[in-house]
Amino acid sequence: MLTILFDGVAYGMLLFVLACGLSVTLGLMNFVNLAHGSFAMAGGYITLVLVNRAGVPFFAGLPIAFIATALIGVLFERTLYVHVYGKSHLDQVLFTIGLVFMSVAAVDYVMGSQQVFIEIPSVLQGRFEFFGVGIGRYRLLIIVLCGLLTVGLQLILSGTRFGSRLRASVDDARVARGLGINVNAVFTLTFAFGSGLAGLGGALGAEILGLDPTFPLKYMVYFLIVVTVGGTSSITGPFVASLLIGIADVAGKYYVPKFGAFVIYTIMIIVLILRPQGLFARATGK
Amino acid sequence: MPSSLVEQVSKHLAARARWKPLEYAFWLAAVASVFLLPGRHLILTEIAWLALFALSLDLILGYAGIISLGHAAFFGLGSYTAALLAKHGIISEPVLALIVSGLAAAVLGFGTSFLVLRGSDLTRLMVTLGVALIMREIANQIPEITGGADGLQGVIVGPILGIFQFDIFGHVSYLYCLAVLFVLFLLARRIVYSPFGLSLRAVKGNSLRASSIGISVNARLVAIYTFAAFYAGVAGALLAQTTSFASLDVFSFERSADLLLVLIIGGTGYLYGGLIGAVIFKLMQDWIANLTPQYWQFWIGLVLVLIVLVGRERISLLTGGVRALAERVTRRFTPGATPPPYAPPLAGKGSEQLPGEGR
Repeated sequence: MLTILFDGVAYGMLLFVLACGLSVTLGLMNFVNLAHGSFAMAGGYITLVLVNRAGVPFFAGLPIAFIATALIGVLFERTLYVHVYGKSHLDQVLFTIGLVFMSVAAVDYVMGSQQVFIEIPSVLQGRFEFFGVGIGRYRLLIIVLCGLLTVGLQLILSGTRFGSRLRASVDDARVARGLGINVNAVFTLTFAFGSGLAGLGGALGAEILGLDPTFPLKYMVYFLIVVTVGGTSSITGPFVASLLIGIADVAGKYYVPKFGAFVIYTIMIIVLILRPQGLFARATGK
Repeated sequence: MPSSLVEQVSKHLAARARWKPLEYAFWLAAVASVFLLPGRHLILTEIAWLALFALSLDLILGYAGIISLGHAAFFGLGSYTAALLAKHGIISEPVLALIVSGLAAAVLGFGTSFLVLRGSDLTRLMVTLGVALIMREIANQIPEITGGADGLQGVIVGPILGIFQFDIFGHVSYLYCLAVLFVLFLLARRIVYSPFGLSLRAVKGNSLRASSIGISVNARLVAIYTFAAFYAGVAGALLAQTTSFASLDVFSFERSADLLLVLIIGGTGYLYGGLIGAVIFKLMQDWIANLTPQYWQFWIGLVLVLIVLVGRERISLLTGGVRALAERVTRRFTPGATPPPYAPPLAGKGSEQLPGEGR
């Protein structure tokens, strides 16, 4: 029971790291980025190549995945995404679906279509008993890392000048512009950071979620669920939503395997109908 | 003079609904393809049901302004219904099974239509996507009925109307699909040019104003969504009947995404958009798949990206130009017809702008 809870929390934390970038970009630019999972996949494959082929240690691979994916994010944001901000949601969806298709086929071409695993160090393998709760070492690492990241993000958002600029831009981009905040620069930075986090999540999650070229399509729905349930105005909303979904998904698949996948889809639709702004969002003037 | 105004309006509407020469040409070409391209009937069959599917999406996206990423839910339900009816010999006559499959999809459409009434574009995207995913999951979880991941095999479809047996070259199936497409197209055309169709355009243009001139917005949206679901169900049933097979693939996200591409290529908001888009999409897919069998998805993605970057408005300018030409030709052949008092709106332009969306 507690083991399931533990696994669920680890899964949820992972989802949060993967999806929080999406939540901020959606809230900030009202931009529907279905290709967010492609960045996560990029991070996963970069780590895979580094660790499995080049022999880079796993713990060095993670920050490299973060930085590399963030750079890719900046590149794409400056060259491609910037043209699509002013367009309708339909255009944005088409555009990012196109990117997803391209990334899926490109990775398939370069890396092959089979599912791959990153070699994790032996320290992290296996599980141990702690007061009768089976704890996987790797999942513990995920919880610790993601927990630290979450606290760090919260501190950045609430404590720094950049954080307050970001929050101002999310609340009302037009007024923020009027106050002299360079919303586009804030957005580029946030986009890069969000992509980097997705890449890190992809690298961390390869062990649990599996890594293959269809990753962006498979997990797109999960990211979107996190964002829609959690709302886009803060990071606590998506965080709570990720944990709920992680636990619900793991528990659902364990206890009622027949209905495992229905649980979260149904939750999503109900939340969308009842609270279109998200479960934890406050009403904004938008 | 109110009576003359009414007269004028009805005259203008009647002129709009009249068949244009290019429309005759389009359908004549379709009929000609039956005789001139006998070796290509298999792909033409695919084009025909895809065109019907795209027509269905155009009804809700182009005319009512509802974005959907889960139109495959209705397609898939129609597909499985037709396959199951044929497999268990409940209704072995294809046309009747087609109608039943369409109705099954329409029931689902009616049930889920209330979910898309509320919320922004994003909410609609997610809800429709969620519905399609749930449908796929249901089909996946009841393998004893649907065959699960292996698909539903052993479907034997009876002869059409008890006379025409399907053949392996696709001659009968193409004629069958084309006939169904034509009949349903006529129906859709009738609806689009009816006062109901006009009210839908008003709702899409601005639902707030539409409701203030006395259009019951929600009822119209529910009606067209249900109707479009029927069309999608029929398209899915056509697929199942012509291939004697149904698999989980019919519910897939890629199918809904491809469908959006089909419609975007052809242009939204006029009935031929889906039809032309289906022709171009299938030919393109066929051509790319011949070049790189495994990675054609990459090129499809590239087309999507380019279309958005270039701008759908500019692409629909091309099709819009053709239409403007058609109208000019029509006017020349009907002397005395008054030119339209306003410029015909460009397909797709600003079509997805809903009130309150701008920032």
